[in-house]
Amino acid sequence: MPNCQETLKELETFLDTELPDARVSEIMSHLTECVDCQGAYEFHAELREIIRFKAQKEDLPEGFLARLVNCFGEDVLPEE
Amino acid sequence: MGAQDDFIADAMQYAPQLYSSALRMTRNRADAEDLVQETLLKGWRSFHTFQEGTNLRAWLFRIMTNTYINKYNAKQRRPQETELDEVEELFLYRRMGAVDPSQMNASAEDQLMTLFTDDEVKQALEELPEQFLLPVLLSDVEGFSYKEIAEMLETPMGTVMSRLHRGRKLMQKMLYNYAVERGIINETLLEAPTDK
Repeated sequence: MPNCQETLKELETFLDTELPDARVSEIMSHLTECVDCQGAYEFHAELREIIRFKAQKEDLPEGFLARLVNCFGEDVLPEE
Repeated sequence: MGAQDDFIADAMQYAPQLYSSALRMTRNRADAEDLVQETLLKGWRSFHTFQEGTNLRAWLFRIMTNTYINKYNAKQRRPQETELDEVEELFLYRRMGAVDPSQMNASAEDQLMTLFTDDEVKQALEELPEQFLLPVLLSDVEGFSYKEIAEMLETPMGTVMSRLHRGRKLMQKMLYNYAVERGIINETLLEAPTDK
């Protein structure tokens, strides 16, 4: 099982769901047993959710979608 | 024309996501709208090259990223070098003890959600140097995989990973600085961070 240092080093890749399955199980085993690393994991998981949520919150300009659809009609014939 | 009509219907559902990312890239509503429009038109014109079974959303973001880099001559618009290698690991996490409870109107569980405003998160992203903004935006906000981002940026996967890592640390540092400026984080409450 990975130690704390290894777990924290791989935490980011773990959160990105980019670790191989076998490694995911090992990291998860460590997280279940280590309160400190679990705290770091939860913090970063939440921070990431918050960043995604807040960065995506954007009002579309008025008439934006209609202008987009219209632009297809005005476009020249597609290039072959 | 049939396939292209389908394209319009399918692609339009991604317009809001494309727009919010375009806004982070261009930092300007008019440019963001132009960028999304150009992206969709390019997609429409080259839809015959789209391979059935590939991810339309990733394909559109790839077009938009390339358009942005070329059209806005992106690399010249933001600093390339930063001092962010001085940001230590787990920068923000190690400093959460300095959040001043008297400055927060939130329960402990909502603390992180209210610690930074929407505008601060957007600003932190927009201030990232170019080489970090794109990977962080495409991963943390849009949820693309390392492989998809590597293809969009035409960069090796290892480069994507290291830029993500450095970009995220820099973003944490900026968010921390904003919270200090607003008095939400009080540095005097901070114990010396321990190396672990």
